[in-house]
Amino acid sequence: MINKFIFGFFYKNYICYACIVFYLDKFIIFVTEKPQLYNFIKMKILVCISHVPDTTAKINFTNGDSEFDTNGVQFVINPNDEFGLTRAIWFKEQAGANVTVVNVGGADAEATLRKALAIGADEAIRVNANPTDGFFVAKQLAEVVKNGGYDLVIAGKESLDYNGGMVPGMLAGLLGYNFVNSCINLDVTGTDAKAVREIDGGKETLSATLPLVIGGQKGLVEEKDLRIPNMRGIMMARQKTLTILEPVGANNTTKAVKFEKPAPKSAVKLISPDNLDELVNLLHNEAKVI
Amino acid sequence: MSILIYAEFAEGKFKKTAFELASYAKKIAGETGTTVTALTINASNTADLGKYGVDKVLNVKSDKLTAFSAKAYADAIKQAAEKESAKIVLFNSTTDSLYIAPLVAVALEAGYASNVVAQPVSLSPFQVKRNAFSNKAFNITEINTDVKVLAIGKNSYGVFENAASATEEEFSPSLNDADFAVKVESSEKVSGKVTIADAEIVVSGGRGLKGPENWGMLEELAAVLGAATACSKPVSDLGWRPHSEHVGQTGKPVASNLYIAIGISGAIQHIAGINSSKVKVVINSDADAPFFKVADYGVVGDAFEIVPKLTEKIKAFKAQNS
Repeated sequence: MINKFIFGFFYKNYICYACIVFYLDKFIIFVTEKPQLYNFIKMKILVCISHVPDTTAKINFTNGDSEFDTNGVQFVINPNDEFGLTRAIWFKEQAGANVTVVNVGGADAEATLRKALAIGADEAIRVNANPTDGFFVAKQLAEVVKNGGYDLVIAGKESLDYNGGMVPGMLAGLLGYNFVNSCINLDVTGTDAKAVREIDGGKETLSATLPLVIGGQKGLVEEKDLRIPNMRGIMMARQKTLTILEPVGANNTTKAVKFEKPAPKSAVKLISPDNLDELVNLLHNEAKVI
Repeated sequence: MSILIYAEFAEGKFKKTAFELASYAKKIAGETGTTVTALTINASNTADLGKYGVDKVLNVKSDKLTAFSAKAYADAIKQAAEKESAKIVLFNSTTDSLYIAPLVAVALEAGYASNVVAQPVSLSPFQVKRNAFSNKAFNITEINTDVKVLAIGKNSYGVFENAASATEEEFSPSLNDADFAVKVESSEKVSGKVTIADAEIVVSGGRGLKGPENWGMLEELAAVLGAATACSKPVSDLGWRPHSEHVGQTGKPVASNLYIAIGISGAIQHIAGINSSKVKVVINSDADAPFFKVADYGVVGDAFEIVPKLTEKIKAFKAQNS
């Protein structure tokens, strides 16, 4: 008679499987080790999501040029945030992690949060406030991070609408967490993170321990790795929790007073390929750039 | 009270953008009757800053700061701002400066505006004009805090000489271990090549060049112009050129004086990334390419004939004018 007992156990952060086989009064033990590191406690990741107009959207302003005109505009997950979200889901699939997405915004941003859930995030939080100032937004996010005890916070290095590029840094500053900006690659082993950031003319590899705030961009994953939600994901997203929080008191340090559109461009000057001397002349005498 | 600028010093000299920042600060200082202080880190010679309006240099000399550390640099700048009672703290828009600036803003409880494209619209209330919506609009931002932090876009003001001499003072901020919690393990930097961030002229190629083997002519043109080379997203996705050359919305932003696009059709995402360049030249065989709508000068024709010819013409022009 053969009796088999299979069980899993942890050893030095590795998950191992053992199998004890009893056969004719003898027993044999097999032990295998799952190849990748397993964190005892699942890493908690918070991905900050901006709800921004699609790149191809027409940019117009309303109310005496003081507000963005959302009329007929398609909103999407901010591209820099989507690279981070996809990397977070990669961590979840590789090593097990819990991924929460958060947005500071109005009810209209919930469609964008649901999309993030459909892509694979586990739960969503919306802080019910108008995100008009980077510092105000960072304050709200800091509160969410403190209450949720996140190990890793990933935000896009800048949003496509205001291009402020300040929320990740301010958030890290408010929390006193380690911070890597313009991050193009990130790996986490236990509580140690290795991050690669873009520098002018190259890249730099950094090491830091969690908790960590990342200002992410393309490179965290590539464009081909981005996911389009499938039907199952969309159905599941409806069941996932979306918590609405009221904002904490914080100052608005800045205010967008007015918007302007660039002056209409004059038509291109076409130069014949047989008359490149003219191009050189124009670049030198008219444009004064060579 | 003074205006503090963080003047980046790299590879033995100040970046041109540091002088632009000094010029920008001097203008405001002139209007408000204050002085300009520059914070530098391990700068070997700070005299040049005086030529552009800096009155005083606080030079931090520390072996611990040889490798870049955003938090430590931010801490040093914060302490300098407090020491000088600076009401305005100015940064460039380099990758490093944009990393540090929000940390400094939070530490000083200052409102922060990035992508600033011109001198303040008004000093009281304090309003600045900045790029927003990926260069498709400008946004006038009012900063309500006592201390203001700004990041000035490259080429948005210009460099102006302002003969004065700067006094140098050594400055030793107190830095703690937490400032160095993020450590640089290794750094890879292309040497001997103009980077896109520093370049006054960028020569960029798209799928119209048909393959990586055809980049030679583009590099020759760039060499004659002292330009950096760049590429469109499809080109880097295809692996023809390294990712570090990809410019556009998800790639590097370009704010050069002259941008020459060769065989790039001009997708909206590409334009968003390069639109703050002052002068745009397009060379494309397709007269209907959308890039022609945003360009200043265009040549419709075969890039394989035009580019080498243009290189020769510019070479001749340079020889004549040097």
